[in-house]
Amino acid sequence: MNGVGTAEAVANARLQRGDEILRVEDLKTHFPIRSGLLRRQVGTVQAVDGVSFSLAAGETLGLVGESGCGKSTIARTVMRLTDPTDGRIIFKGEDITGYSRAEMRPVRQQMQIIFQDPYSSLNPRMSVEDIVGEPLRVHGMWREQGHARVAELLDIVGLSPEHGKRYPHEFSGGQRQRIGVARALALNPQLIILDEPVSALDVSIQAQIVNLLKRLQDEFDLAYLFIAHDLSVVRHISDRVAVMYLGKIAETGDHHDTYESPTHPYTQALLSAVPLPDPDARGLRQRIVLEGDVPSPSNPPSGCRFRTRCWKAEDLCAREEPELIDRFGHGHPSACHFAEEQPQSIGADGAR
Amino acid sequence: MSVTEPLLEVDGLSVEFDTPEGVVKAVRDVSWNLMPGETLGIVGESGSGKSVSVMSLMKLIPTPPGRIAAGEVRFRDRDLLKLSRFQLRRLRGKDISMVFQDPMSSLNPVQTVGRQIAEAMSVHDAKLNDRDARKRAIELLEVVGVPQPDVRFKQYPHQFSGGMRQRAMIAMAIANQPPVLIADEPTTALDVTIQAQVMEVLKDAQKEAGAAMVLITHDLGLIAEMADRVVVMYGGRVVEVGDVRTVFHQPRHPYTFGLMASLPRLDTQTESLPTIPGQPPSLITPPSGCAFHPRCRLKRDRADCEEHVPPLHKVSGEHFSACHHIDEMEQLIAEVSAEVGTDLTRGDT
Repeated sequence: MNGVGTAEAVANARLQRGDEILRVEDLKTHFPIRSGLLRRQVGTVQAVDGVSFSLAAGETLGLVGESGCGKSTIARTVMRLTDPTDGRIIFKGEDITGYSRAEMRPVRQQMQIIFQDPYSSLNPRMSVEDIVGEPLRVHGMWREQGHARVAELLDIVGLSPEHGKRYPHEFSGGQRQRIGVARALALNPQLIILDEPVSALDVSIQAQIVNLLKRLQDEFDLAYLFIAHDLSVVRHISDRVAVMYLGKIAETGDHHDTYESPTHPYTQALLSAVPLPDPDARGLRQRIVLEGDVPSPSNPPSGCRFRTRCWKAEDLCAREEPELIDRFGHGHPSACHFAEEQPQSIGADGAR
Repeated sequence: MSVTEPLLEVDGLSVEFDTPEGVVKAVRDVSWNLMPGETLGIVGESGSGKSVSVMSLMKLIPTPPGRIAAGEVRFRDRDLLKLSRFQLRRLRGKDISMVFQDPMSSLNPVQTVGRQIAEAMSVHDAKLNDRDARKRAIELLEVVGVPQPDVRFKQYPHQFSGGMRQRAMIAMAIANQPPVLIADEPTTALDVTIQAQVMEVLKDAQKEAGAAMVLITHDLGLIAEMADRVVVMYGGRVVEVGDVRTVFHQPRHPYTFGLMASLPRLDTQTESLPTIPGQPPSLITPPSGCAFHPRCRLKRDRADCEEHVPPLHKVSGEHFSACHHIDEMEQLIAEVSAEVGTDLTRGDT
């Protein structure tokens, strides 16, 4: 039923700002653990285990969490670089979960990804012009647009056309990330997945790229799925935020609500752990220092996955998995049996 | 000894590396001192020379290609740079200990963690017998918050998680109660909740050993939280130094201000971030005069920035800035604040 024809139709329809562009329903991505001579499966890493969210055209959803929480696996699964175990991925109203490679091709024109490491994600043997123009060649648009489009793209991201003749090693980290952004924009996509796009960059360069991403979003009505571990960057760029822990969403909501009044103990602990660049906040903030490490995703705790590190945990938490529901009627769901509204004193002013 | 006597004094340190592309001037004329019991933060971006300057103190840079071109490092009336490698080895771990970013590469993978901690003590104390060393090592693991220290004592580094390994490194670093503790990006490889744990441990360990600490990091948040004084580095040089509150609230170097202003905030959301334009300087052919001049808004086409390296001018008390135009900083901060619509003058006192 889902022929290449419908896939092309999906790709060509341009959405209005606010229309739903991406919906992920109960997504699960598990990886087998194999061992022994016969490579028999001895376990599963439940990297993503039942995640649902939606994203509107022109909007930014920030996915935040620590290493191993599954945020990058979501990026790869949504791009269909990794196959989901269960659940649905709906792009512009079309279920792309079972799409073949050929069917995905036109969809990928509309959906691009930018990776963290600008040093390993660019082919060192290709000139910048070839790197940025590659998507145009792959999709058969080089002849009509070609050089002019590459020059335009380089200009959009703040590089000059002369840079096209050079190779990736001649550029600094920030400039390489600009090249990655130019390539992602080549096919005029509506959704860009950004997987830790500024984590490898120095502070002064990070701000340049963050500003560039915000400007491009306004200019081209882009929707961003912005994945990062840096809570400050996520707050700055996102409209809505989802906090992940061990393959599940712990809390989600408007960026303001989630940061100002988190209700999940993990979100509260995470926010309180970020050192603030203000010496006056020292000692005034109530810091929640969590005990222990994140459990292994191949053998997650029963019930609530956070309970092994949670100071509120009771028997109920081990028995019953808390649902991600709006417990206070303010459109800001959290997956905790004992969710509590707690205004966060994240600034020195708030703590005073 | 009077209380105001510095414990460690770095004076005019310059470090160079020979590379096929030319001589990399990684550290140029860097001076600072460390007072007993204090925490001195050294902050800068990659290539600012913050790590190299501190590694050179203990001659931990590879020579060649590295070379200490000039300078003195005074510790207890001795110049560390004139000591032999053997003499330095006796100092390392006993008088000056280090904690590095990556504990996996600083721990021996084929020896148990406990044995390594015990050995860190017995090399400096010939009279220490195995049983006492073991007992003390288990105590140390407990101090740094490793659960079941007697079990962990017998385990190998790969059986430890990243946060636990860093705790073990800290246990080893404080084993001999050294007066100076050097921590080079100790939590950069860790997640934020684990970072919070390790920083607590580091603070407690410092207190336990009564040590002064040099904390090297790119994270302004960590500096604000941990340091008493801060040294800001750019392009291999010190550009600003002072009490942490003064430097954060009244930065008097355009780079320090630019760096702080460009950080996204956790407590508010702004429309756009004030940025520092351009790229970090080349260390092989650094800009003439002030290394920051090609990216600086205060330069305003003035020749002095290009011609003369600004010395560290006294701003007030112990606050110094290497800028020719310190008196225009307030105006600059006001200008940038107006542009982004956020008040960036944080403190007035």
